[in-house]
Amino acid sequence: MRVREFFQPDDQRMEHIISILVENKFGVLARVAGLFSARGYNIESLSVAATLDPTTSRITIVTVGDDRIIEQIMKQLNKVIEVLEVVDLTETHFLDRETALIKVHTKPEHREEAVRIADIFRAKIVDSSLTTYTIEITGDVDKVEALINMLKPLGIRELIRTGRIAIARETTRTASPRREPALLKS
Amino acid sequence: MRKSGAEIFCESLRREGVKTVFGLPGGVVLKLFDVLCQQKDIELVLTRHEQGAAHMAEGYAKATGKAGVVLVTSGPGMTNIVTGLADAYMDSVPLVAFTGQVSTDLIGNDAFQEADNVGISRPCTKHNVLVKDVNDLAQTIKEAFYIATSGRPGPVLVDIPKDVSIAKAEFRYPDKISLRGYSPSMGGSKQHIRQAAEEIMKAKKPMIYVGGGAIFSNAADDIRELAEITQIPVTMTLMGLGSFPGTHPLSLGMLGMHGGYWTNMAMHHSDLLIAVGARFDDRVTGKLSEFCPEARVIHIDIDPTSIKKTFHAHIPIVGDVKAVLRQMNVMLRSMDGNPVKMRAYRAPWLKQIAEWQAAHPLSYKQDDKIIKPQFVIEKLFELTKHEAIVTTDVGQHQMFAAQYFKGTKPRTWLTSGGLGTMGFGFPAAIGAQKAFPEKLVLCITSEGSFQMNLQELVTAAEHKLPVKIVLLNNGVHGMVRQWQDLFYEGRYSASILGKMPDFVKLADAYSVKGLRALKPSEVEPVLKAGLKHKGPVLMDIHTDPFENCYPMIPAGGAQHEMMLEDPPELNRGKKGGAQKRKVDEGEGVLPA
Repeated sequence: MRVREFFQPDDQRMEHIISILVENKFGVLARVAGLFSARGYNIESLSVAATLDPTTSRITIVTVGDDRIIEQIMKQLNKVIEVLEVVDLTETHFLDRETALIKVHTKPEHREEAVRIADIFRAKIVDSSLTTYTIEITGDVDKVEALINMLKPLGIRELIRTGRIAIARETTRTASPRREPALLKS
Repeated sequence: MRKSGAEIFCESLRREGVKTVFGLPGGVVLKLFDVLCQQKDIELVLTRHEQGAAHMAEGYAKATGKAGVVLVTSGPGMTNIVTGLADAYMDSVPLVAFTGQVSTDLIGNDAFQEADNVGISRPCTKHNVLVKDVNDLAQTIKEAFYIATSGRPGPVLVDIPKDVSIAKAEFRYPDKISLRGYSPSMGGSKQHIRQAAEEIMKAKKPMIYVGGGAIFSNAADDIRELAEITQIPVTMTLMGLGSFPGTHPLSLGMLGMHGGYWTNMAMHHSDLLIAVGARFDDRVTGKLSEFCPEARVIHIDIDPTSIKKTFHAHIPIVGDVKAVLRQMNVMLRSMDGNPVKMRAYRAPWLKQIAEWQAAHPLSYKQDDKIIKPQFVIEKLFELTKHEAIVTTDVGQHQMFAAQYFKGTKPRTWLTSGGLGTMGFGFPAAIGAQKAFPEKLVLCITSEGSFQMNLQELVTAAEHKLPVKIVLLNNGVHGMVRQWQDLFYEGRYSASILGKMPDFVKLADAYSVKGLRALKPSEVEPVLKAGLKHKGPVLMDIHTDPFENCYPMIPAGGAQHEMMLEDPPELNRGKKGGAQKRKVDEGEGVLPA
């Protein structure tokens, strides 16, 4: 690697989905979030919940950065004592999903259109009032955003997204990173 | 037998081999202090400010390699040690800080002297824990010492609520622990080590660049072996000083912003850089894009986050410096690495470096009226025959000491590198002296830094710790004044310390011996008398307020573009700001 290649320009930034297995203790999330904020790294979305083993939780973070920043993020996460494993899913085959709840305005003349759009996206209408529908959609990020774009002309009153969760495909287990020496803990 | 939290705390310290605790009491830690004072084999050093306790523990830890222990109360007690924690985190100092916390039922209620100790210290500790259940206390303390001293060392904070220190539990101290998410790697990849050894043998212009990691891993002998069998010159960072004898023919001294001209030139022209426990700090590299442009880089570090953080590494080796160098030295020997053969191979490179050094050695203009700070350090180096533990504060005096006090042993150079904490030096010296009562401990400081923790004079006096304070008193924040001269057209904004205490009287007030030198001729008698005195001494040495520290890589400048002396257009203190400080006249306070 030449010196110049190491100092990459900004246009090398890519989105990464990082899956982090942590001990289920108070303060761990603050520590993980803190290491992003302390270095000025962005968190695009974050989701966290317990795993099958109630002593551990899974944090899924979507972040953006060039290779050098992502490498630092991975190493810094590995350094946190309560972090058990870190995987950059973007480097493997993975599935990702997000759920959104979208409350749309429905004037009488738009109610049918809203149902039709929801049908096309296999989204569900989970609540309705005289002037609104609440539509639930689960899918990859493209699908969720496509639906949002379709509903925008009707008027979206409220939009809640879960942030993305992701899992490795087939035999690659989400929990086992390819442990290169550079990713070992200190 | 069931024991109280406080008894568990003391018993756990004993199991960890703790002999000294630095601290200051308060409401919620009364129980801990009460039980602690009944322990015959653990001594408490009562400091006059919690920050002093933290830096003393740092000095103790840096000098011994063992974890320093701090015990302070909640709220202000804890916030006062934050600087010490941040300093220890930046310089990888093993520290275990115990803080008191309000009772668990009061946490979050804005109780008296409550602070979110864990929240406040999270970004400046390696790990921290609030102990909510006395049954977890022993395990937590064991883990704290293990985490603080293993891998890349660092500070760990254990927050103990008042009720936890009183509640009782069965005491079981674990012999061993394993943490699911923490297992520092030690050995390094064999394949990478072999690859590195091959490159080392081939390189024509290699450099060994050693940082503080080499000291924590006790690798001084291995570095010396590496340098000698391969005949590669060694440069050290501020934190790495002492890991290789400064007086060794292969030593190029410190590199970086105030490193030697020859050192930085050698770095710039090197074709192979062997970075050992160093982290390519900005004070070392200068402008990154022009740092060591020709060099292949071997980077050995126990912390993977240090590798490729700011600079590229062609051969990254994650592991303990000592363990890696041992393997590497065996390989190098088997590859026919030996001093005689390698000396011939490296001769042109070493000759080139010697020429650079001859062209621009470290130098200053001696004066017969005003004391030059470099002269004082040189004299000190000569008089102590380099046998001393030296602590420094931060600023010009620190750089002069790094340049002119060429330490020969690891753990004898204790300075605040990463955080650059003025006020570190004196308490650190007390901590080091506590660890080694028989050794000569020097605190090289300045009037600016010293005044930040001078209250600990009484701690030194009370515990009869004979620290020798060499105070280079130039009446200005020297490094700030130097930058203002060079980059702010000589406007001395807040860098001139207008009113100065009489340090000799101050020392006297604290039952510490005070001496003063005002003229160059007084330096030697004062230093001699100070070093000879049995107790703590404060030597107030009035130095040239306008001496600048060179060589210097201006901030953001490239490593080979050093300033070697004051530029001719330098226009001191002429353009507004405060007035020049008058040079002191008259006689010093000399030994009777």
